[in-house]
Amino acid sequence: MSASSGYYIPHEARWPIVGSVGLFLFFMGFGSFLNDGSLGLPLLLIGAAIIVWMMFGWFSMVVRESEAGTYNGQVDVSFRMAMMWFIFSEVMFFGAFFGALFYARQFSGPWISGDGGGGAAMTNAVLWNGFDYIWPNNGPGKIGDGFAFNQGFTEMSWFGLPLINTLLLLTSGVTCTIAHHAIKDGNHEKMVRWLAATVGLGAVFVACQAYEYYHAYHALGLKLTTGIYGSTFFMLTGFHGFHVSMGAIMLFFVMLRGMKKHFTAENHFAFEAAAWYWHFVDVVWLGLFIFVYLV
Amino acid sequence: MSAYDTAHHDDHDHHGPAPGLTRWLYTTNHKDIGTLYLWFSLLMFFIGGAMALIIRAELFQPGIQIVDPMFFNSMTTMHAIVMIFGVVMPAFVGLANWMIPMMIGAPDMALPRLNNWSFWIMPFAFTIMLSTLFMDSGGPAGGWTLYPPLTLQMGDSFAFVIFAIHFMGISSVMGSINIVATIFNMRANGMTLMKMPLFVWTWLITAFLLIASIPVFAGAVTMLLTDRYFGTSFFSAAGGGDPVMFQHIFWFFGHPEVYILILPAFGVVSSIIPTFARKPLFGYDSMVYATASIAFLSFIVWAHHMFTTGMPLAGELFFMFSTMMISVPTGVKVFNWVATMWRGSMTFETPMLFAIGFVVMFTIGGLSGLMLAITPADIQYHDTYFVVAHFHYVLVPGAIFSLIAATYYWIPKWTGNMYDEKLGKIHFWTSTIFVNVLFFPMHFVGLAGMPRRIPDYSLQFADWNMIASIGAFGFGFAQIIFVWVVYKCVRGGEKATDEVWEGAVGLEWTVPSPAPYHTFEEPPPLAVINKNHF
Ligand code: HEM
Ligand SMILES: [Cu+2]
Repeated sequence: MSASSGYYIPHEARWPIVGSVGLFLFFMGFGSFLNDGSLGLPLLLIGAAIIVWMMFGWFSMVVRESEAGTYNGQVDVSFRMAMMWFIFSEVMFFGAFFGALFYARQFSGPWISGDGGGGAAMTNAVLWNGFDYIWPNNGPGKIGDGFAFNQGFTEMSWFGLPLINTLLLLTSGVTCTIAHHAIKDGNHEKMVRWLAATVGLGAVFVACQAYEYYHAYHALGLKLTTGIYGSTFFMLTGFHGFHVSMGAIMLFFVMLRGMKKHFTAENHFAFEAAAWYWHFVDVVWLGLFIFVYLV
Repeated sequence: MSAYDTAHHDDHDHHGPAPGLTRWLYTTNHKDIGTLYLWFSLLMFFIGGAMALIIRAELFQPGIQIVDPMFFNSMTTMHAIVMIFGVVMPAFVGLANWMIPMMIGAPDMALPRLNNWSFWIMPFAFTIMLSTLFMDSGGPAGGWTLYPPLTLQMGDSFAFVIFAIHFMGISSVMGSINIVATIFNMRANGMTLMKMPLFVWTWLITAFLLIASIPVFAGAVTMLLTDRYFGTSFFSAAGGGDPVMFQHIFWFFGHPEVYILILPAFGVVSSIIPTFARKPLFGYDSMVYATASIAFLSFIVWAHHMFTTGMPLAGELFFMFSTMMISVPTGVKVFNWVATMWRGSMTFETPMLFAIGFVVMFTIGGLSGLMLAITPADIQYHDTYFVVAHFHYVLVPGAIFSLIAATYYWIPKWTGNMYDEKLGKIHFWTSTIFVNVLFFPMHFVGLAGMPRRIPDYSLQFADWNMIASIGAFGFGFAQIIFVWVVYKCVRGGEKATDEVWEGAVGLEWTVPSPAPYHTFEEPPPLAVINKNHF
């Protein structure tokens, strides 16, 4: 915390209002899309396009300013803090879904099947007689399209694709760190190479996830609508997959900037921010691997 | 867009506001953005207030007289959403914007562009939220707590409600990140953490609560959305989920949220009382620690909203005791405020009146909260007007009074003019009398068993309800005085000095009134900082 003079304070900001309009159209469009409004999809897409345009414009502006040396060390600290707290907020977002998973497995399931004190036994007898709780399940109402259930309800096995995915992401964490050391030595070429590997591993991960979804839907009959198991499985892995994609896109743009030699050994916050994000999605995956697939 | 121009770098000092409307649209100035937030919340205050008056008009007499029950339900729901997310939260963010940089000797917020966006989301988000009232299916009517399965049965506007909440959440999280970065990174040299005014401290902790809890809320409403539109079973027992699970996730956000609404108020009151008691704040350190403990505890008390859902006994007991524990740091604060006033040379200008009103009436709300925390008692009180009385005491003569107090306290700094003291006092006394006429009877009808959120009631509740409704209209109209005072003060009035208040301590009082467009472009010297804190 040093003297404030020289802290860059921009005079005006034109992108935020663009972003707000974009989000507004996106949400309005999405809302009417969900209610089968005919204007929904076009609005949603226009909104999304405006958001992408805004991000592009805003980030390019920041990159230009950074390249021109506008930001001093204190501004850099603000950026760092912002990114860290943003990641913390994302952790809490995932926390809600992990919380739902734990709650459903530890409490709802057993209670519906009559375990636990209070009125659980009575509830089971009156409402859900005959329901035995095992995880995974799709509830006493056998919610879902019944397809998987008839063939015996299959849990996604941890061995196989999820394990491969784990290795992919862990490896990508390593390649990302190698890239970081490269740029700390001021070596752009090496950084770009290892970042390319990182992004590539991320892309393979997403592809594997897509395949797994396909397999789940078509071979196992496990769908988003398959009771609480389908809900937690697809929402957790889905949001994670979305975040991996975002992280890969960030790293991809950092890589492009690396090709333009934007960074120095000391000054490469964009890289670090994207790398922190990448490690964050990595850690979330470990949580998923353990709690969704393994136990 | 605003391509970087090196020549600009050195002429910051001469840079004033841009002319016309774009000043407000593109501004990165913390004072402009603070002003926008404050006007926005004032507008929403009247929208939310109109909804409250519709509720009270319907409840003036038993029977269904004015609105149909569905609309009544959407009024209670929307009133809460507007007041919480559209009034109290943005108003405090507005105060944070205006005051925090000046209080810590910073040139602006840490991330000025992001700051602009945090504000400019709000009008759009609330356009979506309020537009649901005009959709075929009407606005959300299942209560602001959005409990499934009821809330999942509402019509098409449901998706818009959820997205509006997401939208506001983006604003809150960005705003909070900005505040945390500002406080940690932008303090002038020598402004150590333990020299910061309590308003800054309470906001730092509030921002942390926001960043930690809003995303959980986002997760909860996302699950509602997928349950409603994508066939998931999070909150459906038939699919192995549980509607009570929503309540857990919601209140994990919801209880920290109520402290988000009150902690900055604690900060405001802790600034005002020492000024008019002309004594340093009693127990500064303990105030900081009390705030931090409240924040911590607020994450482990959530299920006190759910005592009647059939939790296991261990859960009921845990949440009862943890909730009661919150009263300890809260009590520390109340004692400190009283001790600050003790033997002070007190004067009773309008901000002080509202601050004292806060201390007294917030405490009433805290005590009814303590009653509600007792599990076996809450089983009687839950979902009655007693709960309504509780949270309105902490929120109206609590949070709202502190906002009004803050406005009277700092408006001379904002506008350079003194407000009309006589009108201010009239505003205080009418507000205080009517707010009690409005909310105190709710304790009685609540204890007697009148349920909340129902447009009709049985005859024995009639008298107190009529009185409460009279109080409501009185309180509502009293706020027109406030608007008039603010308007007059913006337009002109007796010139304010730099210090404004005789006993005022803090860096904001070392700059001219009105505060220039840019303050502390050069950080204040150490000597100034050391002279201007407790
Ligand atoms: C001494 C501290 C407090 C205690 C012990 C306390 C306790 C409680 C309890 C047990 C309830 C649940 C009642 C029920 O539904 O049966 C409740 C409700 C509520 N409290 Fe507090 N409270 C305290 C302070 C506050 C503060 C400071 C605020 C906000 C500024 C607040 C806002 C609310 C709200 C909004 C509700 C109702 C939520 C709803 O169901 O719509 N409380 N409180
Ligand atoms: Cu609570």
